[in-house]
Amino acid sequence: SRHAGKPEERVHKRKPRLVLIEVVLKEDGRPKWDNKFQYILSCIGFAVGLGNVWRFPYLCQIHGGGAFLIPYFIALIFEGIPLLHLELALGQRLRRGSIGAWNTISPYLGGVGVGSWMVSVLVSLYYNTVLTWVMWYFINSFQEPLPWSVCPLNENRTGLSEECYESTAVNYFWYRKTLNITPDVTENGTLQWWLVLCLAACWGIVYLCTIRGIETTGKAIYVTAIFPYLVLTIFLIHGLTLPGATEGLAYLFTPNLNILKNPRVWLDAATQIFFSLSLAFGGLIAFSSYNPPKNDCEKDAVTVAIVNCMTSLYASIPVFSVLGFKATTGYWDCLDRNIISIINKFDLPEQSIMRQNYTIWIRLLNSSYPEKIAGLKLKSCDLQEFLDQSVSGTGLAFIVFTQAVILMPGSQAWAILFFIMLFSLGLSSMFGNIEGVFTPLLELQIISKSTPKELITGIICLISFLIALCFTLGSGSYWIDIFDSYAGSLPLLVLAFFEVTGIAYVYNIKRFSKDVKWMTGRQPNLYWQITWRFISPLLLLIVFVAFVAIQIQKPPSYAAWNPKYEDFPMKEEKVYPPWVLAICMLLAVLPCIFVPLVALFHLIKRMLGSKDPRSVSSEVFSCHRANSNFSHPKI
Amino acid sequence: MLRVLLLAFSVVAVAHAELCKPDAQNAFKVRLSIKAALGDNAYAWDANEEYLFKAMVAFAMRRYSSKSTTQISNVLLCNVTDRVSFWFVVTDSTKNVTTVPGSEVEAAIRMNRNRINSAFLLNDKTLQFLEISSTLSPPVESSTPVWLTVFGVVLCLTVAGIVFLIVSGIQRHKKKSKESSETENLEEKCEVTVTIENGIPCETLDSKAGHVNGVYAADDERFTSL
Repeated sequence: SRHAGKPEERVHKRKPRLVLIEVVLKEDGRPKWDNKFQYILSCIGFAVGLGNVWRFPYLCQIHGGGAFLIPYFIALIFEGIPLLHLELALGQRLRRGSIGAWNTISPYLGGVGVGSWMVSVLVSLYYNTVLTWVMWYFINSFQEPLPWSVCPLNENRTGLSEECYESTAVNYFWYRKTLNITPDVTENGTLQWWLVLCLAACWGIVYLCTIRGIETTGKAIYVTAIFPYLVLTIFLIHGLTLPGATEGLAYLFTPNLNILKNPRVWLDAATQIFFSLSLAFGGLIAFSSYNPPKNDCEKDAVTVAIVNCMTSLYASIPVFSVLGFKATTGYWDCLDRNIISIINKFDLPEQSIMRQNYTIWIRLLNSSYPEKIAGLKLKSCDLQEFLDQSVSGTGLAFIVFTQAVILMPGSQAWAILFFIMLFSLGLSSMFGNIEGVFTPLLELQIISKSTPKELITGIICLISFLIALCFTLGSGSYWIDIFDSYAGSLPLLVLAFFEVTGIAYVYNIKRFSKDVKWMTGRQPNLYWQITWRFISPLLLLIVFVAFVAIQIQKPPSYAAWNPKYEDFPMKEEKVYPPWVLAICMLLAVLPCIFVPLVALFHLIKRMLGSKDPRSVSSEVFSCHRANSNFSHPKI
Repeated sequence: MLRVLLLAFSVVAVAHAELCKPDAQNAFKVRLSIKAALGDNAYAWDANEEYLFKAMVAFAMRRYSSKSTTQISNVLLCNVTDRVSFWFVVTDSTKNVTTVPGSEVEAAIRMNRNRINSAFLLNDKTLQFLEISSTLSPPVESSTPVWLTVFGVVLCLTVAGIVFLIVSGIQRHKKKSKESSETENLEEKCEVTVTIENGIPCETLDSKAGHVNGVYAADDERFTSL
């Protein structure tokens, strides 16, 4: 009922309403979003990241083009959206960050919150270093000619630098001028001062945007979340006008339905959806905890998930137009080089052999002068082979795309636009990571209420910067691969599994549905009930087991860039030494270990006769049903 | 007389043919890619262009050795193909029927490469002297790398933003503490009332039991609209 109780009326008559509101807000003390759009944009910005641009198109390409969308959407419906809804509802209901929220659900599940917090910490450390590389390329895009388009001369100026000559200028700029990579993960090399400067600038920008929590990220997100869409549209229009774009797009989207028989495809779809939506980081819980309690989290979850998927699809169109353009240009270059060799050898007039009649000429000459043709050692030029060169991750952005950009007229502008877009995408994801670290810390008792937020975020950013200096060493990129593969993958699956089973079976799905009904105004329908109870936990378990099974099949290895390797410019396959493997295990296990540890801790505490944690939690949660007149100390 | 002349002429012709032939000693192959360089403005390679080429080589030899003995007739061209490519050799005017050593010719061409290129509106790639490598031009290096400038701009903007936000935060904190001391009395009386209303830790949870939080009452219990 909306009947205002008597004490309130007394307050109304006595004091201006404004003071009452101020006091009530002070009671709550929790910051809130300026408007709902900010919140949705922040969630979208967190979910939409670099992976949408450089991982999804690659997966589409290697897993049968358009056919990949089938397992992708199935995974979205049965795994992505339910988990997303769960996290958003949880944060909104409990109005706490991940650690506080899970502690409130059940102290035995507190480890899930701590694990999420740990993962956010680890990911923030290395994610910003990727942004450092993006920034380095960005500030180098203002030169004419682009520094990755020409090989530098060697020391005595007699020729081009050997390392650059044998690989390509683009590879050289990435591996030598940017990373200054060592040939082995055990060789640390030195701190690369240019990367240290860029890292400092990146952490400075992150600090600037997160300095007061969502108050400042809410403003920054308008730019960082919307700008990438503008740039993607520009690239889309430009990409479609490039020659060879249609070949690239046809190659990307031509469905090959046979691929669905391969279980690896389904696993990749499930993992891609999971990591793409940034679940189990605690960032989404933090974002939704700043919402007003009566907010339609169901609609929000569906919106964010669909926008994320649409963005992946939308981003793959310009990416593949440009890749098709690059493949076509490479193919034409191959043909042209062969044509020049033939013309020079046979002293034929210029432009007598064109790309169109190349095959006719080759056949003619091969029949009349086979030894001469064989002596020329012509490369076989196949467009399909060029299109088949699939790359994902940093290779796509820093090697393949930069090479394509050189071929476009006005390359500086395109390079600048591209790297600003990547930076915005990564920055909005960083906001979610930092929020996942920051919000739980604020709620722990260790930080007093009077410390200004600016100081706390400053300390977080400073400590992260100092630790991330390790990634600017010569072997830094190997370590980032390790962190990405071990800290940013397996623990999330484990934590998400415990999240969904914790809510469904420990907290009880009926109670949770009632909470959601209170927030959104309608009972979660059968779809949510089934997915939360059975399908999502089962799917997560299967994905986890399959993931581990695939990882342990072969000893973990990495590809090293070694100029002294005999097959250079191919990368050298090396195996991780034991101490590195130990660190990999530690990274994968550390966040997960908190789940049983905290449960065990509370179990032991309970057995030693202290207050039953479970009884406290039930009281806390049934308070909205029972009459809430008992006094409780203010939290 | 005529017969002697004819004989001498044929001897010279034969000698020339022997001096200038593919892979002869001190002979160089030249390859031009006129259409690649000039496109529609390409000129045709004819006898006049050959004459110009001979003149340029003679000019290069004269400049290099600073003795004005090399004549255009000392430069012999042969095996001109449709490509356009041909072989040339420089004969020594002082000694009969011998060619100038290849190293001298190479050095002379190297020294005057730019002049030769510009005479034909071509460059090192489109006017190729096979076996004479061109000196690579040093890369353009500016005093401060461009990226450092851009980095400086980015860093300055970031630091300015941080300082501004910190200072405004401090000012806001001071204003709030001043205001809070003013309304302290009012708050004390209010707080007590409100505590009783919302005496549960989950004060932000619904109070279905009939105690409506004034803030949310204002919203008419609407859901937050986008």
